Amino acid sequence: MGNALLETKGLHRFFGGLHAVNDVSIAVSQGAIKGVIGPNGAGKTTLFNLIAGTIQPHNGEVIFRDKKITALKPHAVACRGIARTFQTTKLFSNMTVLENVMMGRHCRTRCGFISGMLNLPRTWREDKQTKEKALSILEDIGLKEHALETASNLPFGRQRLVEFARALAMEPELLLLDEPAAGLNIYETKELAKLILWIRDRGVTCLVVEHDMSLVMAICDDVVVLDQGRKIAEGPPRTVQQNPEVIRIYLGDSDA
Amino acid sequence: MTHFRRYIPVIAVAIGVIILQVVLSGTHSTYYMTQITMSAYYALVVIGLCLLMGYAGQISLGHAGFFAIGGYTTAVLTTFNLMEYRDTPLVSLCQSLGLVAQRQDIYGADILAFSPWPAFAVAILLTAIIAFMIGLPVIRLKGHYMAMASLGFGLIIYRIVLGGRIFGQADGISNVPPFKIIAGLEVNGRAAFRIESYYIAWFVVLAAMTLAINLVHSRVGRALRSIHENEEAAHSLGVNTYRYKLLVFVLSALFAAVGGVLLTHYNGSIGPSEVTVMKSVRYLVIVAVGGMANLWGALFMGVLLNFLSLRGVFGSYDDAVFAIILIAIMLLAPQGLLRLPKLRAVTSLLSRRANG
Repeated sequence: MGNALLETKGLHRFFGGLHAVNDVSIAVSQGAIKGVIGPNGAGKTTLFNLIAGTIQPHNGEVIFRDKKITALKPHAVACRGIARTFQTTKLFSNMTVLENVMMGRHCRTRCGFISGMLNLPRTWREDKQTKEKALSILEDIGLKEHALETASNLPFGRQRLVEFARALAMEPELLLLDEPAAGLNIYETKELAKLILWIRDRGVTCLVVEHDMSLVMAICDDVVVLDQGRKIAEGPPRTVQQNPEVIRIYLGDSDA
Repeated sequence: MTHFRRYIPVIAVAIGVIILQVVLSGTHSTYYMTQITMSAYYALVVIGLCLLMGYAGQISLGHAGFFAIGGYTTAVLTTFNLMEYRDTPLVSLCQSLGLVAQRQDIYGADILAFSPWPAFAVAILLTAIIAFMIGLPVIRLKGHYMAMASLGFGLIIYRIVLGGRIFGQADGISNVPPFKIIAGLEVNGRAAFRIESYYIAWFVVLAAMTLAINLVHSRVGRALRSIHENEEAAHSLGVNTYRYKLLVFVLSALFAAVGGVLLTHYNGSIGPSEVTVMKSVRYLVIVAVGGMANLWGALFMGVLLNFLSLRGVFGSYDDAVFAIILIAIMLLAPQGLLRLPKLRAVTSLLSRRANG
């Protein structure tokens, strides 16, 4: 594993009286798959939102490729190379699968209002490239034959794949996956594990929030455990699994 | 040539416009053209609003305000007599640049006022600035709140126009000169210019449609639709949602202002009735009847309903008719009239081509 691609340093976030994220410092190595686990309400999604810029931290900083990205807006974070998927799939449901994936190219393309309205030759060229790129990603992910279907007409599992394809179209350095296995059956989860490994092998670092322990154990190089907003353990999956504190929060005290 | 296919409806409408002119001239009923021309200018407002509401999903109840900013700016500039200031350096500079011109009003008095082209430029620039300033805070609001804020803007413009002496108060401004676009081609409300003005109006409308169609099929258009569908997801893909919403707001205001300027020159006047809340509601109704994200629907309904209204078909129930249409559409056909099953076969052919 190489240097840290993403680092958070002492992140804090309150929601009223709730200390949702409390002094969380993590580092994600280049080329790794890192898992974030913890019980419900542990602050996992909040941590994600802090990294992605959806909400601002009250203290601490986020460093990506040695640059501070704290307090940047989500679109600015995205354009620096951080893609994300959502806990509940957020597709553009009335757009086609292809258009959804083409949206992933937004940061990598330039044409604005004027060249769009005038439909200049460079607009066509750029649009053509966007389309080709999107189609090739759909082909890789096995959805090419559904390219022209309306996104909301696909079954749930496929919609999630479209969201993955859309994120991949951004050609991100880091992919944030928020509970990618939620709502999938065991076969679909197994396919998902393969897909995440394949994404990693294409050189995309992944940070995964997940409840499905078998998935985390199977794919993650490194795991961080959160509980009540605090980081309580970090390390390779096998080690973390044996950490007494982790066992306590998942299974309860032995004398309780 | 998939790009070409989206222009087929433009060409079809252009042919339809020509056929209509030939038929009306042949049957000696060219008087209909006056209202068709006026409807075409109103349709410009609707096209812009369709981009804003149908595609980007942002509601505006203040578009009559932008129409009026365009119309009143050109009306004031082209009628305000600069005769007594003719020796001031600024006016003489404008005169030497050809920005102001001398003419006689209908009573034979000499008037020195801005020519329509510079007035048009000022109107567009002013609308862009005002839309930008209004948009900065308003665009941050969502749904009903944005609707109310834009409604407030429309009311403010209405009161300014009604109270301002320079705007003619309740009388509005009349004696606005015709707009000579180039030598021998002018937007002029007189019967002799009926056919000429009709073609100019449709040229402008179809040019605006072409720009709008190109836009919705472009990268920007996709981004606007994505904001409408799921703003959070759009944001996470790198779409600067605030900037895009602001720019499309300004753009749609500019469409309205162009309509306002040209219609004011065509009518030779503008009055506060153009700025009422009911006008804004009317534009919104037309976009809804046309099917929200449907530029051709908006154009068709924009021309049809305005034409009927201008012909006086709705009588004194004019505003009530639009309100009833809005309620009926929301209850019975929220997808717009043109997407009702029976009409679908007809429209799907067109829209499939338009989306190609």
